[in-house]
Amino acid sequence: MSAATHAQDHGHHDDHAHHPTGLKRWLFTTNHKDIGTLYLWFSLTMFFMGGVMALLLRAELFQPGLQLINPEFFNSLTTVHGLVMVFGAIMPAWVGFANWLIPMQIGAADMAFPRMNNWSFWLVVPAAILLVASFFVPGGAAASGWTLYPPLIIQQGISIDMTILAVHILGASSIMGSINIITTILNLRAPGMTLMKMPLFVWTWLITAYLLIAVMPVLAGAVTMLLTDRHFGTSFFNAAGGGDPTMFMHIFWFFGHPEVYIMILPAFGVVSAIIPAFARKPLFGYASMVYATASIAILSFIVWGHHMFTVGMPAAGNLFFMYATMLIAVPTGVKIFNWIATMWQGSMTFETPMLFSIGFICLFTIGGFSGLVLAITPVDITLHNTYYVVAHFHYVLVSGALFTLFAGAYFWIPKFTGKMYNESLGKLHFWLSVIGFNIAFFPQHFLGLAGMPRRIPDYALQFAEWNMWSTIGAFIFGFSQLLFLYNMIECIRSNRKAADNPWEGADTLEWTHLPSPAPYHSFETAPVVK
Amino acid sequence: MGLDMIRKASRNAALAAAALTASAAAHAAYDVDILPPGSPIAQQIYDLHWAIMWVCVVIFVIVFGAMFYSIFKHRKSVGAKAAHFHENTTVEVIWTVIPFVILIGMAYPATKTVLEMKDTANPDLTIKVTAYQWAWEYDYLQDGVKFNSLLATPRAQIEEWEKKGEAKNPDYLLEVDNPMVVPTGKKVRLLVTSNDVIHGWYVPQLGINQYGIPGFVKDTWFKADKPGTYRGQCSQICGKEHGYMPIVVVAKAPEEYAAWVKEQKAKAPQAAAPAQVAAGSPSTGAVATTAAAPAEDPNRKWTTDELKALGEKVYAANCVACHQATGKGMPPAFPALDGSKVVTGAKGAQVALVLNGKQGTAMASFARLSDSELAAVITYTRTAWGNKAGEVTPAEIKAARKG
Ligand code: HEC
Ligand code: HEM
Ligand SMILES: [Cu+2]
Ligand SMILES: [Cu+2]
Repeated sequence: MSAATHAQDHGHHDDHAHHPTGLKRWLFTTNHKDIGTLYLWFSLTMFFMGGVMALLLRAELFQPGLQLINPEFFNSLTTVHGLVMVFGAIMPAWVGFANWLIPMQIGAADMAFPRMNNWSFWLVVPAAILLVASFFVPGGAAASGWTLYPPLIIQQGISIDMTILAVHILGASSIMGSINIITTILNLRAPGMTLMKMPLFVWTWLITAYLLIAVMPVLAGAVTMLLTDRHFGTSFFNAAGGGDPTMFMHIFWFFGHPEVYIMILPAFGVVSAIIPAFARKPLFGYASMVYATASIAILSFIVWGHHMFTVGMPAAGNLFFMYATMLIAVPTGVKIFNWIATMWQGSMTFETPMLFSIGFICLFTIGGFSGLVLAITPVDITLHNTYYVVAHFHYVLVSGALFTLFAGAYFWIPKFTGKMYNESLGKLHFWLSVIGFNIAFFPQHFLGLAGMPRRIPDYALQFAEWNMWSTIGAFIFGFSQLLFLYNMIECIRSNRKAADNPWEGADTLEWTHLPSPAPYHSFETAPVVK
Repeated sequence: MGLDMIRKASRNAALAAAALTASAAAHAAYDVDILPPGSPIAQQIYDLHWAIMWVCVVIFVIVFGAMFYSIFKHRKSVGAKAAHFHENTTVEVIWTVIPFVILIGMAYPATKTVLEMKDTANPDLTIKVTAYQWAWEYDYLQDGVKFNSLLATPRAQIEEWEKKGEAKNPDYLLEVDNPMVVPTGKKVRLLVTSNDVIHGWYVPQLGINQYGIPGFVKDTWFKADKPGTYRGQCSQICGKEHGYMPIVVVAKAPEEYAAWVKEQKAKAPQAAAPAQVAAGSPSTGAVATTAAAPAEDPNRKWTTDELKALGEKVYAANCVACHQATGKGMPPAFPALDGSKVVTGAKGAQVALVLNGKQGTAMASFARLSDSELAAVITYTRTAWGNKAGEVTPAEIKAARKG
């Protein structure tokens, strides 16, 4: 079955007559592509909101002293920035890609539960509104850091209840989304698409979905206990009533560490699609990539204690979590080596998706190394809750998850829209992002080594120079993201038609069997995969 | 002669380096390293960090050397043709096993340090550290000294919303009124806890970062090698003044430390004006209850003006963060005291509120302040700004504490 004939088959099916138009189309849609689009625009919006909060924080940190905002508002901004970026920007963006790509990559017509899919998306919107609206209630938004530790969080007002409700709703949405993704992957694959033939993006999402189902209920439990401690006289986390604040940390991080893999595993999948496409060479070590992803996921459940080395656990606890954490470096290393081996002796070109993927490999590795440094218990003791940690998690989240989201957006937008983005603008976006990002976050390693705590609005004089640079870099990075927005909108509106497969080396079903733009219903008859 | 010159040159270089480090210490701009260690554990941390860093740097250079070589050689624009290999079990086993071996090499020294850090047995001295929003209380269990330690940087240097702040002190935000003083070369065990929310007692140069968790006491230890001043901050977000609760540890030779203890004890009975230093329960060694107030001379007579003067200082140190210097607070989170019904009303209710705090709000118990300090701060709030209520005496506080 050739791509060309198939493309023609679909050209005629692509009529929009059977579904409502305008606002109703989006409100009631059960189509995986519409829902994917909704998720992607939603997450981009949240990304800019979280970004504005980050720039406010960085502006206050430009120099010592309090010039712009007061300490409470600073704490609220930190907290909501963290929550919005994690739950509003990165996670929904991956769900958006999952919606668009999984049915196309496994040869299905749509997701397994289209109505539940609609519900999953429309739940995240009220949750986001609750989070952002909490800035405007008496007492201001949650100011405890995104980790929500009691007893501090018990002291605050109604905004905490709003945050708890938001987390509940987001959890429900994620669980429904995961059930949908798992069912789709396990049941709707085209004939011949065996598990070990699935593209890695599908594999990584399958594993991510299991992680979500395992940990979102745990987070829900933790915040429910906070709620009853606040309002119904329980003492889960209150020592005076026989509870223990440390227990919250254990429960939170039992969710929290797998959560960081929830944000990064799909990124591994995207990079594993892009590197072979631009190296024009098959992915090296496909099977070992699958096993490495699964090992990372399993290990992620037994390392949570590395966030708690300063709690005062017994030596045995500290040692266990140190060893387990160090172990994760092995499968992660395997992935990096496999990507480089894929590039080796390829025939590479460097369009924007490839640039962001290479940027990801370099910078994510730096984040991985700082993670290894932090895994060493004694070293973590001196770096815990300092800017070193802030640098570490921005290297894995921004140059890890976010950069691959950009890579994925540039890579698939021709398939999504049938139009080609502006390559030079894309490259400019990449270079400004890399430069701005490193100016913003590399010096934070030095600040952490010198002992600057995180989540503080004001700092001692010896931290002034690096903080100034960090703020300059943050503004370069922040404003360059407008280029991305412009490039995407301009691409959608342009009439630069994209070929069905604009990338020489891309060989998954959406490129080989579907036209650009992909038809509204992906595969009405399943393709046969050989 | 040649040798001599080398020696001279190296001495000059050492002097220059010393001068440089001295100026760097005064204003450590563009610092890129962990601060100089001040305890054996901190030294081990320092060495561990660099050992691991170098391993990482070497791996990074090799791996990314290969990647960038490939990027330059295997690009389409220089005519590279793609190979088709996509599997090789041997290399995959090799690059799984080698990292594993490297990790074991890292884990071994780290394990030794972890075990040493956890060994709090046989201390020479035990200090109980209690965190408050936003102050530290140090209780020397053997030596019977107990005091609070608060930020000493004036607000006028911090707040620049309306106008440029005053010139900042060299130790801006890292200075306290009463530092923790410890003897050098002695094993100091810390019992860390908290009175309200979770805080972190973090002094990087001593290799300590220990959460203070309300309702639980966790222990850790350090030994300061040399006399010196070691600065740190609260490491765990604990509310709005989290950035403003520094820690200063001054290590003194054991004789000087003994003299300091004596001086503190001599000072205690008078409960002199701003000093929050007072003797605790004499060296019973028992862990005192969190809210035990410092003892002081119960017979001292206070005039209203003395109370107001002390009260203003206590207020500036303990209450301004929330209720503001103007007494206007920051409603709705922090109520105004100026014109407050509670403040201008009956003494009893107000004394009880400040003594016990209000459960479930940011208004914590201030029972850790002495009777005279409490009397002073309440008298001050009752008479400052537009308030015109009467004074409260230390005796009344004492009675209220009893019951
Ligand atoms: C962490 C912030 C904080 C600090 C520090 C603080 N307070 Fe309060 N205070 C509060 C809050 C919040 C309330 C309101 C409690 C409530 O909800 O009733 C309050 C209430 C009060 C009231 C009752 C006012 C009224 O009209 O209801 C008095 C009196 C008071 N505080 C005195 C003090 C004194 C004296 C100090 C210093 C020794 C102090 N506070 C330090 C937060 C603080
Ligand atoms: C414009 C780019 C960004 C800038 C300038 C920025 C800046 C900041 C700053 C200043 C903080 C507060 C650090 C502290 O005081 O402890 C912070 C925290 C955080 N950021 Fe970002 N950030 C950016 C992007 C992101 C992205 C894309 C994510 C993705 C998930 C993210 C996740 C977080 C998290 C989880 C926290 C921790 C919040 C907490 O301490 O509770 N950030 N960021
Ligand atoms: Cu973790
Ligand atoms: Cu604190």
